[in-house]
Amino acid sequence: MTSPASPGNIPHVELRSLDELWFQVSGTLCNLECTHCFISCSPHNDSFGYLSLETVSQSLEESIRWGVKEYYFTGGEPFLNRDIVPILERTLEFGPATVLTNGIVLQPEWLSRLRDAEQRGKYSLEFRVSIDGPTPEANDPIRGPRTFERAMKGVRLLVEHGFLPIITMARTWDLSEDERILGEFRSVLKEHGCDRPRLKVLPRLQIGAEAGRTEGYGQHDRITPEMMQEFDESQLICNHSRVVTDRGVYVCPILLDAPDARLGETLEDATVNFPLSHGACYTCYQYGAICTNPSASKSSTT
Amino acid sequence: MKLAIFGGIYNNYLALEAAIADARARGIDQFYCLGDLGAFGPYPNRVFPLLKEAGVICIQGNYDDSIGNDLDDCQCGYTDPRDNHFAQISYEYTYRNTAPENRRWMRDLPTELRLEADGIRFLFCHGSPRQTNEFLWESTTSTQFLDKLAIDHNADIVLATHTGIHWQRELSDGRRFVNVGVLGRPENDGSTNVWYTIIRTGKDTPKPTGSARWDSTVNNIPIEIDFIPLAYNHQRLAQEMQNEGLPEEFIDTIRNGWWTTCLEVLPSRERLAGKW
Repeated sequence: MTSPASPGNIPHVELRSLDELWFQVSGTLCNLECTHCFISCSPHNDSFGYLSLETVSQSLEESIRWGVKEYYFTGGEPFLNRDIVPILERTLEFGPATVLTNGIVLQPEWLSRLRDAEQRGKYSLEFRVSIDGPTPEANDPIRGPRTFERAMKGVRLLVEHGFLPIITMARTWDLSEDERILGEFRSVLKEHGCDRPRLKVLPRLQIGAEAGRTEGYGQHDRITPEMMQEFDESQLICNHSRVVTDRGVYVCPILLDAPDARLGETLEDATVNFPLSHGACYTCYQYGAICTNPSASKSSTT
Repeated sequence: MKLAIFGGIYNNYLALEAAIADARARGIDQFYCLGDLGAFGPYPNRVFPLLKEAGVICIQGNYDDSIGNDLDDCQCGYTDPRDNHFAQISYEYTYRNTAPENRRWMRDLPTELRLEADGIRFLFCHGSPRQTNEFLWESTTSTQFLDKLAIDHNADIVLATHTGIHWQRELSDGRRFVNVGVLGRPENDGSTNVWYTIIRTGKDTPKPTGSARWDSTVNNIPIEIDFIPLAYNHQRLAQEMQNEGLPEEFIDTIRNGWWTTCLEVLPSRERLAGKW
């Protein structure tokens, strides 16, 4: 339901149902310092910290009454959190889990344990590996020296452990280049043992480090009430998700740095409507379903 | 009560004919179909006389909504360009070859149906009770989500199709979610058979046999849900698809039982179960 007009004429989005619960499991701490990171993660950015197994477990218990369908884990780099393997093992007892990683710090013994945990239960464990181009020349200037080669080793390791990673890339090229770049990705992934490449392209989010690398949103990059008429709100992540962090529950994994994105201490607090006042909301509106997996596609019928 | 429930038919009139005969041979004469009558296979108009002759009660899937209302695409919910490319070939073929009176019939189908039998409340839908084309995969749908869905929609048994692979989950207080499978194409398991579902309740429930059957109760009423693998003349279907100029990728699936398209929307577990 969209409020027609509120102070400043900003449309509000209702949390229709809490389908996806995200965990900012490693806060803003990352082994990399990508130049397009929308929350400026780095080895030193501790504005958000690690989540403990205990905190995640409490949220998992709480999530049952909300009917949460899937769980997502992000950061930062989730595998810097020393509890990540037991956290994912615990999560798979509650539902399907997806972890967003740069693929660089993965260890074979962790993947063996996770493989076993997935096989014990009924739910999928998905890995989404961020690689921002099909070559070191395309990827490394954004993600750091030798990150292409190191991420590809991670992909190979995942495949060797029986996983089918989804490679996610931020579109730092022109839209018309998509087909060529995806083709190159498929070839290079096959060379690295991944014979069923799964690819997901994400739009750039012009906040955080990316605002410095290119430019931030203009003042007209906003959603108006008119734009919300006959728009399918399920395309917006705030319509069906919330994010647990070590500093409370936030509206979405993109807006962590926005002061109004913190909705409260608990999931109960965080069910309030959210005003679509940010430039990143405009990107979410334009592209739709940017954070969820293809298997959770929410394109609606008429 | 005893009924047979068919999922997406996808123009596979040969499988529909075989399913009706198979169910009748098992003493069942009450049939439901959960939508997506068209897609994939040949000769769309051949499905309708069979449905009408057998009195199959149908609901509207996303495909039927699209064909019936002259939309530009099938609203299948795919995200990958290759998947959408093949879906569009199939959609344009089906739209072009569906008679106007059959389109009108699909347009007027209900999007859900409810049935109360032996005190058990059944809800028939296409993808999910809240969205016609929602994918509810076994490996990416939590039990608490299904529980809430069943409770919110006042149903003991929720029956759906859309994903193309049968599965079921027991929920709280004997509630159940059942994906009945599809008649339209095989299940990406290397077998050419397709699947439908039989439900028996109350006095029609056979005594437990100790076999692979799911023996259980809802509101203290016995219920049995059986997934039925169905062989049909798939070679004839493949030949007819070839005659109609439908993509080799589709024909390969009918002949070999592995999906070759619509793969990117699969979760990893369902994808790994297939060949491609």
